[in-house]
Amino acid sequence: MAWVWFHRFGSPPHFYRLARRLAPWFGWPAAILCLAGLIGGLGLAPPDYQQGDGFRIIYVHAPSAWLSLMVYVVMATSAAVGLIWRMNVAHAVAASCAPIGASFTALALATGMLYGRPMWGTYWEWDPRLTSELLLLFLYLGYMALRSAIDDVARADRASAVLAIVGVVDVPIIHYSVIWWNSLHQAPTVMKFGRPSMPASMLVPLLLMLAGFTCYFGALLLTRARGEILRRERNAHWISAALEEG
Amino acid sequence: MGGYARYVWPSYGLTAVVVGLNIFWARRSLRQAQREARRRLAANKVAGAS
Repeated sequence: MAWVWFHRFGSPPHFYRLARRLAPWFGWPAAILCLAGLIGGLGLAPPDYQQGDGFRIIYVHAPSAWLSLMVYVVMATSAAVGLIWRMNVAHAVAASCAPIGASFTALALATGMLYGRPMWGTYWEWDPRLTSELLLLFLYLGYMALRSAIDDVARADRASAVLAIVGVVDVPIIHYSVIWWNSLHQAPTVMKFGRPSMPASMLVPLLLMLAGFTCYFGALLLTRARGEILRRERNAHWISAALEEG
Repeated sequence: MGGYARYVWPSYGLTAVVVGLNIFWARRSLRQAQREARRRLAANKVAGAS
């Protein structure tokens, strides 16, 4: 009985319709949360006692870095589900994650460089955190290149899934790099055991931005996955009905 | 921005660009897939009729 929802989720027509219905429920909260986070982060939070107003970069840097990791975990998990249960929808979800994850990894690196220059005196350092995050960008790009290099969709799904699953080892390395090695990058502020090392006036806008970016990713993923499913499906019956619905 | 404007605003600007582009890309990708699917359906119908 518990598997019924799992199999329904794996049905392309069901997922296509569910994704269309759910997307606005992620999109609108994302807009509201990010707007509130921006007002709090740029307007209400006081300047940091050490980093001054420069710390405000954290409100776009941390959420993009968070997405870069979370999207990869979603991609690798979907790829694994697709590989194990031969579920086409899961492969479509994994394929939809890659361009989103790659763009936010690049953004995390770029905003990190802009954060690093005034704080560390350098845009780039071959530091464990920065290097492992750069590797994540290459993993995304490699995944996309591998998919586009193989014409047969089923083979592209299997090969890219293996790459995604192997690459997931980079995610804990990125997260713990600042703890395991000496790093220029600061230690975790929010995602750690115990109390976050930030006052509420700074922390709440950051949490709003993190939640907003997560919802935004949900809306993007649902939209992209619908397109991906349409490209893969050859069953004219449900597609023609679904296209008429919008 | 206390002397940090040249780092803070480009960060926010880049983020706005990436967020906007992702929305544009996702919508375009879905629209293209829907157009292709409609074309395929129409072609199948023609092939089935003849």
